[in-house]
Amino acid sequence: MTEFLLIFRSTPPTGDAVPSPEQLKEISKPWMDWIGGIAAQDKLSNRGNRLTFGGATVKPGAVTDGPYAEIKEIILGYTIVKADTLGEAVELAKACPVLAVGGNVEVRAIAPMNV
Amino acid sequence: MQTGKELIPHLFRTEYSKITAVLTKLFGFEHVEIAEDIASDTFLLAAETWGIKGLPDSPVAWLYAVAKNRAKDYLKHHKIFSDKVTPGLQNAHNGLYEINIDLSPKNITDSQLQMMFAICHPAIPAEAQIGLSLRILCGFGIEEISDAFLSNKETINKRLFRAKEKLRAEKVKLEFPAPGEIDNRLETVLTTLYLLFNEGYYSVSQNTTLRKDLCLEAMRLNLLLVENEQTNMPKVKALLALMCFHASRFEARTKQNGELIAYDDQDTALWDDELIQQGKLYLNLAAEGTEVSKYHLEAAIAHWHTIKADTTEKWQNILQLYNRLLLIEYSPAAALNRTYALAKADGKDIAIPEAEKLKLEKSHLYFSLLGYLYAEVDDKKAVAHLKTALKLAKSGSDKATIQKSIDKVLQGQR
Repeated sequence: MTEFLLIFRSTPPTGDAVPSPEQLKEISKPWMDWIGGIAAQDKLSNRGNRLTFGGATVKPGAVTDGPYAEIKEIILGYTIVKADTLGEAVELAKACPVLAVGGNVEVRAIAPMNV
Repeated sequence: MQTGKELIPHLFRTEYSKITAVLTKLFGFEHVEIAEDIASDTFLLAAETWGIKGLPDSPVAWLYAVAKNRAKDYLKHHKIFSDKVTPGLQNAHNGLYEINIDLSPKNITDSQLQMMFAICHPAIPAEAQIGLSLRILCGFGIEEISDAFLSNKETINKRLFRAKEKLRAEKVKLEFPAPGEIDNRLETVLTTLYLLFNEGYYSVSQNTTLRKDLCLEAMRLNLLLVENEQTNMPKVKALLALMCFHASRFEARTKQNGELIAYDDQDTALWDDELIQQGKLYLNLAAEGTEVSKYHLEAAIAHWHTIKADTTEKWQNILQLYNRLLLIEYSPAAALNRTYALAKADGKDIAIPEAEKLKLEKSHLYFSLLGYLYAEVDDKKAVAHLKTALKLAKSGSDKATIQKSIDKVLQGQR
């Protein structure tokens, strides 16, 4: 089994509206069901995390505000799954709720270092 | 005389473990067998004496007095041993010394707790921890333990002997773990109690009384932890809540012959409301701190199951609880139960593809689940899966349950 990093990207939400508890529940069910489904197959390595929308980008000689100065999309979060092949990991990613809102999932095998 | 005979087995269970714990604390774990022997001898004498002379006014006090005398005799006759053990207690007086064997409630409880930590030690395998717990902490006989494990006396004796040897090699002591270590050691203890409870709850042994006793012992030991300041963490209370909820269905879930009655077929009038309320109490007490342990989640799920009605709210909640449980720790049981909850919450169409992905091909429960999911969707597949389940099932009770499901599906086809 290899570990694969799944990176979720989407265009950032506009406005400052904070979702209501009902909306949060509605948003979280598809995500929890998707991750739960992967965990039920014993293919979840790390639940991962969401990333906050603020932040900084450090380049040589400059530090810019936040991740969205030039790119339309930002990374929303990540998860780590385990699978035997890239194809298998991709299958797991196909059901990710980010796709339903126009986002995408980058699937990258983790290359372990022999330290 | 009759009353004496009935009383002794009950007293044996409760008092044997207390006496053994206190004496082991006094002598040191390396001499645990001496403590056990003294306790056994005490009960042997009780059986002989009470049989002839009748019950004493206070049986427990009688037992403690005899145990103390035997322990003192042992210490006096084994000087090297006693020089090591009793220097702190010695009260040199004309060459004789008084040894105080403390059988106060506090020392009994503390000794039992410390015995729990000594026995539920990561150095020995889980089944050895349970076996030793049953023997030393719960006063079960070797035959009862072999019945519970569906094993034989020789195997159990070997297992317990090896476990004690290993613990001696590790120089295990009867003491509370250091504050920094307690959380870690508690994990092992809780796992053992959980497994002990499960032995009683899911055991295939036909002896229903024994199975109930195993569950009650697990609860009693858990309660000791809850009642002690050093060990009453939220997850300890959550585990007790979980046990209470499961135990509330004791009377409703087994027939006389030991066969299990499925949850949906149970008579809720036989559910023990007092235990349910106890469970709720402990679950509320467990709702503090920042840690949501797997015991919290399982207890919350069990709480939902104290309501029989099939509502969307119930199953959506149970589904999310299983999702969170799987995120903490994968187990085939959780995976299967989660998929069942998914079917109840979001429908079989969504659950079937998820179930197919689980691929738990050695488990009769997996094929039973597939059978349930395909019933009324594709009866032919349902029966095929159930027949696979029948082949994989080992116990007569499980086979009977699966056969009933097969019959039900076939009847529905007519």
